[in-house]
Amino acid sequence: MGTKQKAFRAALPKTLPICAGFLFLGFAYGVLMRSKGFSCWWPMVMSLTIFAGSMEFVTVNLLLSAFNPLNALLLALMVNARHLFYGISMLDKYRNVGKKKWYLIFGMCDESFSINVSAELSPEIDRGWFMFFVTLLNHCYWVAGASLGGLLGGMVTFNVTGLDFVMTALFVVIFLGQWFSVRDHLPAAIGIGTSAVCLALFGAEQFIIPSMALILLILMLLRRRLDSKKDGDAA
Amino acid sequence: MTMTLGQGILTVAAVVLGTVLTRALPFLIFPAGKPTPHAVQYLGKVLPYAAVGLLVVYCLKNTVWNVYPYGIPEFLSIAAVTAVHWLKKNMLLSILTGTILYMVLIQFVF
Repeated sequence: MGTKQKAFRAALPKTLPICAGFLFLGFAYGVLMRSKGFSCWWPMVMSLTIFAGSMEFVTVNLLLSAFNPLNALLLALMVNARHLFYGISMLDKYRNVGKKKWYLIFGMCDESFSINVSAELSPEIDRGWFMFFVTLLNHCYWVAGASLGGLLGGMVTFNVTGLDFVMTALFVVIFLGQWFSVRDHLPAAIGIGTSAVCLALFGAEQFIIPSMALILLILMLLRRRLDSKKDGDAA
Repeated sequence: MTMTLGQGILTVAAVVLGTVLTRALPFLIFPAGKPTPHAVQYLGKVLPYAAVGLLVVYCLKNTVWNVYPYGIPEFLSIAAVTAVHWLKKNMLLSILTGTILYMVLIQFVF
């Protein structure tokens, strides 16, 4: 088996939960756009080019308001600011993967990041190609879901309320996997504790930026204690 | 849509630019050729854990805890995911159990 095939076979099963989640969420997004009067080309092109679920839902409202591209740009920066953390986490892992790096960066959504940052691979699997296929498969699921939703919008009657919990479950499982893989649980506890406190203080629409600032501050203050430990290495 | 097609395309392009910037900035500021500052290397080691913690909270941000059903479906489903994952260490099984339980709870119980 070639390098790419091995990497693909390792990547596919890891993305199956995301396949379910993205087909569902993408479908919902496509249906939403159709219901607001957009042709099916809009969800297709937007899912392909933006590839950031929550921001695409926000963009539907932007397209229905007055034309203001600067506002759209600033809003995208704010809503997606959490990606900055992903980038810093992946600086090392995306090194030495060649030109794939630019696609990996473009496609670094929550789900691809969480799989790629935490996957423990056997040494014969090429990490670069593994991460590439995880990202590509997720991208395909999302575009397929959104396109189907745009094409078929309104024809579905099966009750899928609650299926979006598949994403929450995915992140909980990845959180647990990371938790059990290291002895020092402080960084994970800081992440979840700080965000929960900020959510309570600032509310659902405003809490991400304060959470990120506070997490950075606390992690930097605890640097002496956390940096000396070698087992804190990212999976 | 009240916008023209061109205005719509520009709006989408602005969103694409904003999204790509948030993903690419760390790589542009700390290019592979140059040594990354120690503080950033340190953050690269601890942030993965904190970032996934943030992501879990982010998923639950619209759960209302002080009004019926008080986030009970979310709480029970996450407890189930944790228990199954603890026992079986099988990612797909844990996710499947939690999601089906959640769907049953909010469709038929609460």
